Amino acid sequence: MTAILRLEDLAIGLPPGADRSHAVAGLSLEIAPDEVVCLVGESGSGKSLTAHAVMGLLPKGLPVSGRIHFEGRDVLTLPERERRRLRGARMAMIFQEPMAALHPIMRIGDQIAEVFRFHGRPDRGGTRVLDLLESVGLPDPPLIRRARPFELSGGQRQRAMIAMALALDPVLLIADEPTTALDVTTQAQILALLRTIRARRAMAMLLITHDIGVVAEMADRVAVMHEGRLVESGPAEAVLGRPAHAYTRRLLAAVPRLAPRPHRGEALGETVLSADRIAKRYATRGGVLRPRRVVQAVADASFALRRGETLGIVGESGSGKSTLARILVRLLGADAGTVRLAGVEGNLLALGGRRLKPVRRRIQMVFQDPFASLNPRRKVHQIVAQGLLAHGVDPGTARQRVDELLRLVGLDPAAAERFPNEFSGGQRQRIGIARALALEPEVLVADEPVSALDVSIQAQVLALLAEIRDELALAMLFITHDLRVAAQLCDRVAVMRRGEIVEIGATADVLFAPRHEYTRLLLASVPGRARFDGA
Amino acid sequence: MTFRQGFAHNRGALAGLAVLIGVVVLAAAAPVLFPFDPWDSRGAPLLPPGGAFAFGTDMLGRDVIAGIFHGARVSLFIGVVSTLFAVALGVVIGAVSGYFGGAVDDVLMRFTELFQTVPSFVLAVLLVAILTPGLASIVLAIAVVTWPPVARLARSEFLTLRHREFVEAAVLSGVSTPRIILVELLPNALTPIVIMASLMVATAILTESALSFLGLGDPNHISWGYMIGAARAVFRQAWWLSVFPGLAIFLTVLAINLVGEGLTDALNPHLRRRGATP
Amino acid sequence: MRFLTFLLAWAVKAAAIVLTIVVLNFCLIRLAPGDVATVLAGESGAADPEFLARTRAEFGLDKPLAAQLLTYVGNVLTLDLGVSYRTRRPVADMVLERLPATLMLTGAAFVFALLVGPALGVLAAIRARRPADTAITVLALLFYAMPIFWVGLILILVFSVTLGWLPPFGMRSIIPPVGDVARALDVPRHLVLPTLTLGLFYVAIYARLTRGAMLETAGLDFVKTARAKGLPEWRVVGAHVFRCAMLPIITFAGLQAGHLVGGAIVAETVFAWPGIGRLAFDALLQRDYNLLLAVFLASAVAVVLINFATDLLLRIADPRIGAGR
Repeated sequence: MTAILRLEDLAIGLPPGADRSHAVAGLSLEIAPDEVVCLVGESGSGKSLTAHAVMGLLPKGLPVSGRIHFEGRDVLTLPERERRRLRGARMAMIFQEPMAALHPIMRIGDQIAEVFRFHGRPDRGGTRVLDLLESVGLPDPPLIRRARPFELSGGQRQRAMIAMALALDPVLLIADEPTTALDVTTQAQILALLRTIRARRAMAMLLITHDIGVVAEMADRVAVMHEGRLVESGPAEAVLGRPAHAYTRRLLAAVPRLAPRPHRGEALGETVLSADRIAKRYATRGGVLRPRRVVQAVADASFALRRGETLGIVGESGSGKSTLARILVRLLGADAGTVRLAGVEGNLLALGGRRLKPVRRRIQMVFQDPFASLNPRRKVHQIVAQGLLAHGVDPGTARQRVDELLRLVGLDPAAAERFPNEFSGGQRQRIGIARALALEPEVLVADEPVSALDVSIQAQVLALLAEIRDELALAMLFITHDLRVAAQLCDRVAVMRRGEIVEIGATADVLFAPRHEYTRLLLASVPGRARFDGA
Repeated sequence: MTFRQGFAHNRGALAGLAVLIGVVVLAAAAPVLFPFDPWDSRGAPLLPPGGAFAFGTDMLGRDVIAGIFHGARVSLFIGVVSTLFAVALGVVIGAVSGYFGGAVDDVLMRFTELFQTVPSFVLAVLLVAILTPGLASIVLAIAVVTWPPVARLARSEFLTLRHREFVEAAVLSGVSTPRIILVELLPNALTPIVIMASLMVATAILTESALSFLGLGDPNHISWGYMIGAARAVFRQAWWLSVFPGLAIFLTVLAINLVGEGLTDALNPHLRRRGATP
Repeated sequence: MRFLTFLLAWAVKAAAIVLTIVVLNFCLIRLAPGDVATVLAGESGAADPEFLARTRAEFGLDKPLAAQLLTYVGNVLTLDLGVSYRTRRPVADMVLERLPATLMLTGAAFVFALLVGPALGVLAAIRARRPADTAITVLALLFYAMPIFWVGLILILVFSVTLGWLPPFGMRSIIPPVGDVARALDVPRHLVLPTLTLGLFYVAIYARLTRGAMLETAGLDFVKTARAKGLPEWRVVGAHVFRCAMLPIITFAGLQAGHLVGGAIVAETVFAWPGIGRLAFDALLQRDYNLLLAVFLASAVAVVLINFATDLLLRIADPRIGAGR
C-alpha cells in the first residue's frame, strides 16, 4: 500500500543567531493509510516543527527544503491557495492546549461550521455539526453547539477540537501533544477516543508526543527524533522493546517504571512531622450582588512523615495537593487542623511571627516552575544564600556554604556568579534545590519538582533528590501528578481527590494493590502500562 | 541581546534621545545665550523670522527664540517633576493594594477607579484655576490626574509577583517583608513602571502646554503653550508665533515618546524570554 | 437576570461617582480664594462689610460647613447648581444650553477616531514591517506628539486662511448661506476642522493600540487553529484576530472618554465652538467658579455615560464577561 504521507529529506532552517542552523535536517518518514505513527522526542527535537511543516503552518521566515508528498503531490510546491484547500479537509490538526487553541469567544458550533462553510460545503440546518459532537462523545450536542470554550471542561474542549478536525473526514490527522495539558484520567479518555475514531474511519494519524507512555499506548510505528534528526524508526514493539540507537535506549531508560520498588521501611527513622485533620476552604469574594462560591480545597487530611522517608501526594489538578503543601510550609493559612514538628511545642499552624522564623528553616520547599522560582535579577549566590543571611550567618561563611551546596547538587561553584537565565531548566531546578537545602531543613516539600522537565533531565533530578534524601536523612513530601514518578521515588503514597486523602499507605500496596476505586481509576489511566511496564 | 544593544538598535529611539539631549541643552543654555528676561520687549513688534531675531518677535516685541529657550526649562521641569510625584503616589498605592490584597485592595482600587473616571483635563483646569496658576499648582494638578494608571499597573505587577515562586521561596527562607518588597518585588515590577513613566513625561508636557494655552500657566515663567495662546489673536498675520513654539512642544514630546518606545522594545524581550520553546 | 445585575451594579457605580464629584466640587469651592461675595463686591466696587454679609446670607455662606454641604448636595440632586457669579443666570441652564454643541463635537470626534484609528491599525498589522505599516506608524507617532490646540491652529492656517476651503470659527455662518444644500451643510462644514483637531490624536492612539493588539493576537494558538482549518486569510484576520483584538480597544476607548471631554475644552477654545468647553474657558477668564464647577459636573456625567456605553458594548462583544469569568 502506498504511503499517504511521505517526507523526503525534510529540512527546516532556523533564523540566524539560533543555537543551531537547522531545527530539522535530513528527515525522511512515511505514514501509511490507517496507521498511527508516533513522533517522539524531547523539547527542541524538532518534532512539533515537522508537524507544522506538513500542515504549512510554520512561522514565516523559516526556510523549508526537501519534499512533503501528500496523496501523491509534493505540497511544498503547491501554491498557498491549494494548500489551504488541503488544510482542514484532507489533513487536520489538533493541538496541546485546547483552551488556547479554540477561539475564545466564538460558539463551538460556529467554530465547527466554519470548516464546512469555507471548504464550500456549508452545513445547512446544522445537523452535521450535531452528528460530529455526538461522535466524539460529547453529552447534549445541542447545548455544546451553543456553548463557548470557557463553559466547557478541559476534556470537553479537546473533544470539540477533535470534532472540528474530523469535520471533513481528513485522511491524515496530526495531533501535537494532544493530551499533555490534560489530567491523567481525561488523557485516558481522549486517547481511547482517538483509538475509536481511528478504528472507525481508517485514517492515518501522526501523533507528536514526549510521553513514552502515550507512545506505548497508541503507536503502530515509532519515529524517535533528537536535535532535529531522526535517530530511529520502526514498529512500536521493536523500538520500545529492542531500541537500536543509543539515544533511544537512554530515553527509554529515563522513563520511570510503574513497578514495585524494594521496601526500605527498616532504614527509616522516627516521625518528624505529623499532620492531623488539616482543612482549607476557598471562597470567592462575594460582592453586593455576587454570591460567594466555596470550594473545599483540603478536607481532613492527616498523615505522618518519618526521617528519611518520602511520602508521595498524588492526585489530579484541583485535588488540593499543592494547597496542602503550601499549608505545611505556612505559605497559606489553614482553616483547621494541627501540624506537629519534632521538638517544637504546639501546633505549627498556630505559631506566630517570632516563634515561626526559627521553625521555618526546618521545613523548606522545592518549587515546580524552574523559571518562576528564581528571581531573574539576582545572582545565583544571592539566591542560594538569602536564607543564610536572613538567619544571621555572616556573608563570608554564607558564600562558602553556597559553593558547597552547588557542588552538592552537581553544579560548578563558578555558577554562583551568574544569573538564572544563563541556565537550563534542569540546572535551575538544581539551584532551587540548593536554596532549599541551605538552611539544613529536616523536611523537604517538593511540589511537582520535575513536571516541567524533559524526561532525561527529570531522571537526573529525581536521582539527585533521592541521593540527597538518603545522605541527609531528609523527610520528603513529594507532590506529583505522575504515578510513575511516585512509584520510583516514594516509600508511601497518599492519593488525593477533591481535597480528600482517599487512600494512604506503602507504595507497593497503594499502587499495586489499590483498594479505593479512584486509585484504581488513576492507575488504569496511566498510558502504556500494558506494553511498557508489562502490567 | 543586552539592553544597550537593544536600544542602540532602534534608530527612532536614538534620534529621540539626540533631540531630547538637545532640548536639555537648550534649557541649560537659556540663561547664557539669552541672559535677559524673555518677557522683555527687545525690538519692534511682529518682526518676521530672520534678521536680528531668528524666530521673529511677538506683538510686544519680545524675542521668540529667547522664549523657546527659556520655555524649555518650564516644559522639562513640569514634565519630570509632576511625573515623579504621580509615579511615587501611584506606586505606593498600587504596591500596597497589590501586596496586601483583600479589603485594602478593594478600597484603594475603587478610589483609583473613581479618579480615572473623572475627566482629567477638566479637573486639572479646575485645580489650577482655583489654586491660582503657578508651577506648584500645575505640578500638583498634573500629578493628581495622572497617577491612577500607575497605581493600576503597579498593583497588577505586585499582585502577580506576590505569588511568584521566587517570592514564596524568599518568605520560606525567612527574608523580612520589607526586604522582600524592596529586593524581590520592586526590581521586577520596575521595568513596566519606568516605561510608563517615560511616556507620562510626554503627556505631562502636553498637558502643561494646554493649561498654559488656556492662560493657566505660571505668570512668572514663560512657556511654549503660553506663547501660542497669547499669539492666537494675531496668528493669521504672524504664523511664526504659533509655529515655532508648537514645533518645540511637538519635537520634545515626540522625542520622549521615541525614547519610551525604545525602552519598551529593549526591556520587554528580556522579560519575556521564558518558556518559548515550540 | 445577569443583565439586570449588571444594570444595577452600574447604577450604584454611577451614583457613587457622581456623588463623589459633587462632594469634590464642594471642597473645591471652599478652596477657591474669596467667595461669591468678595467677587461680586470687587465687581461692584462696594466692599463694605454690610454688603458682604448680605450677599453671604443670600448665598447661604454663613451657615455651618456641613449644612452647606448638605444644601449643596441637595441642590445638585434637584439640578439646582446655583447661579453664575457674573450673569446671575442659573448655571444649569447655561450648561444645558451649550451641551448639545459639545456632544456633537465629541461624538463626531469619537466616531471618527473609532472608525479610522482601528482601520489604520488593522492595515498596519496586516502589512507589518512593510511601507504601509511604516507610514501609518510614523503618522500615528507624529499625531500622538502634537498638542491639540496646535493641530487646530495649523489646520486653520492651512484649510481656512491659505486654501479658504473651510470656515475657521464658530458653528454657523454669521450670514446664513443661500440655498438649501448650502444651509444644510453649514454646520457640518464648521464641524470638520474641530472634529479633525480633536479626533486625530485619538486616531493615532487607536491605530497604535490596534496594531499592537492585532500583532499580539495573531501569535496566539487559536489563530493557528483557524489556519489549520483551512480558512481563507481574510476570514482568519477578520473573525479570529480582529474580533479578539478589538476587546482591549473598547476597554481603552471607555477609559479615554474622560480625556476626550477634556480635549473638547481646548478644541472649542481654538474654534470658538459654542459648547461647554468654550463656556468653561470664559468662566475661567472671569473666575466664575460656580459655572466652572457645573461644567465639571456635566462633563463627569458625560464620561459616566460613555463608560456605560462602552461597558455595555464590551459585554456584547465578549460573552466571557457576563458569565463571571
